[in-house]
Amino acid sequence: MSDRLPGFSTLAVHAGAQPDPTTGARATPIYQTTSFVFNDADHAASLFGLQAFGNIYTRIGNPTNAVLEERVAALEGGTAALAVASGHAAQVVVLQQLLQPGDEFIAARKLYGGSINQFTHAFKSFGWNVVWADPDDIASFERAVTPRTKAIFIESIANPAGSITDIEAISTVARKAGVPLIVDNTLASPYLIRPIDHGADIVVHSLTKFLGGHGNSIGGIIVDAGTFDWSTGGKYPMLSEPRPEYHGIRLQETFGNFAFAIACRVLGLRDLGPALSPFNAFMILTGIETLPLRMQKHCDNAKAVAEFLAGHPAVAAVNYAGLASDKYNQLARKYAPKGAGAVFTFSLKGGYDAGVSLVSKLQLFSHLANVGDTRSLVIHPASTTHSQLDDAAKVKSGAGPDVVRLSIGIEDKEDLIADLEQALSA
Amino acid sequence: MNHDAYPDNYIRGILNNVKTIAMVGASPVNVRPSYFAFKYLAQRGYDMIPVNPGHVGKELLGKPFVASLSDIGRPVDMIDIFRNSSHIMPVVEEALTLDPLPMVIWMQLGARDDAAALKAESVGIKVVMNRCPKIEYGRLSSEISWMGVNSRTLSSKRAPVPTQGMRLSLNRMSVGGGDTAASDRAAKNKSEQS
Repeated sequence: MSDRLPGFSTLAVHAGAQPDPTTGARATPIYQTTSFVFNDADHAASLFGLQAFGNIYTRIGNPTNAVLEERVAALEGGTAALAVASGHAAQVVVLQQLLQPGDEFIAARKLYGGSINQFTHAFKSFGWNVVWADPDDIASFERAVTPRTKAIFIESIANPAGSITDIEAISTVARKAGVPLIVDNTLASPYLIRPIDHGADIVVHSLTKFLGGHGNSIGGIIVDAGTFDWSTGGKYPMLSEPRPEYHGIRLQETFGNFAFAIACRVLGLRDLGPALSPFNAFMILTGIETLPLRMQKHCDNAKAVAEFLAGHPAVAAVNYAGLASDKYNQLARKYAPKGAGAVFTFSLKGGYDAGVSLVSKLQLFSHLANVGDTRSLVIHPASTTHSQLDDAAKVKSGAGPDVVRLSIGIEDKEDLIADLEQALSA
Repeated sequence: MNHDAYPDNYIRGILNNVKTIAMVGASPVNVRPSYFAFKYLAQRGYDMIPVNPGHVGKELLGKPFVASLSDIGRPVDMIDIFRNSSHIMPVVEEALTLDPLPMVIWMQLGARDDAAALKAESVGIKVVMNRCPKIEYGRLSSEISWMGVNSRTLSSKRAPVPTQGMRLSLNRMSVGGGDTAASDRAAKNKSEQS
């Protein structure tokens, strides 16, 4: 038994999975069952009391989902993970463990539009107050810290313009404030950036995007880095105090460096209920096996397309951190040396109307509200994903009216460029 | 031994070789971590002895409590200490008076006393600090994977159907422990600050 660290691609194929104990099935079976029998009354009590490892009910855990959880935890370098129904569900479950009504969390202003909505409106009704900061101005995070701050939330590669966030600088602010740093790593995937290596305490994903990768299944995941000490000052009672839901268990004391993932499962998923279907877990797991191959192709294609657009006379500007001239290129070289992702924006000299015309003329790019698919995608954020924001907020989040967002797929890059060329020249 | 990050083979060797475990600070309260670990290790076939002077005359899962290590009256392979860091040294000193000496002294999650560790290691006793044997057994057997925990092990072999009371193989391919380096670094920083 050697202690040798396998590479990323090996983990992407193997971590968490092994041949099925009863049948020997080599692919991970889809355990499409709601419930699991107990050996006897004591076994049942042990499982419900968190004393034994095992399965009870698919809302709390499922063997197919468990393979997905361990695999993503391994790829991110975390101690444990919890898969949930969507990326949005992951964010609810994470913050439920950290915030009490009246508490605050600081979030980067450049985020997926859906997250901006969730934080601004839905979370407000829970009494969780978001305070916005500018990821291009680290001091704005420091200024936003108050005694009620419980967490900081950023995206590693930020929607919609693919800008790169200085994770280490913001993690320093979080450490100083004594709060965990949550990083949404959806657009990078652990193949490009592993936020835990840069100081993240919690990583969340929409599995729907590059990890699943085929545009067929919605899912989300929470990864516990095992780095945060939840016991100090009673600031995080879900982790540090005796839990009445479990007859007085203290989760950090009992589960150590994966207590946060357990809290998300037994206090969040169990009670809020956004369980991931085992079928979706299976689809996403299959996608992850080829993540390294796909992600590199996504990035290589994106760079070629961005370079083409940057040289086109109809294009006013291209925001892609992989271009040497881009303002985020230095950060991209540091955090994502293998590639700057495959989601980026550009604006047309013809403004809003030219954008609408482009979208309608494209023949390979699909006009839809998703990213991280094998297929190349295009959208006009101002009228769709970011449409609920007011005009000033649209511009601040990088989704102004003249902006078009692309998610570059794994087709042949020559065909993508030809499609854009015909749509731009028409 | 570097007590910030243990090679899996070190932990594996310990859990494969010890048979009798005295648990100092074992609690009969069924939501305490010591109760969890005691019950789990007993189910996995270890000969468990609860040590707690406050409960002498009572039993923990059918095993009678003893007041102290010297009251056990038979050799023990491993002493698992469920006390906080400031109470470790006297337990280790008592352990060093046993004949034969235990092979292993294990300090629970959150407990660390480097001076006590050095003392035990100087007479050839293996020491583990700030770890839980239940978690480590679950991790190396991959049983803990049911909980979405990163076992940091891989295997292409069919797993046994886990049944109660069965010893599980701990000999999966280890992925080095380095994969949770961030967690180990955080624990090290915390122990240096305190």
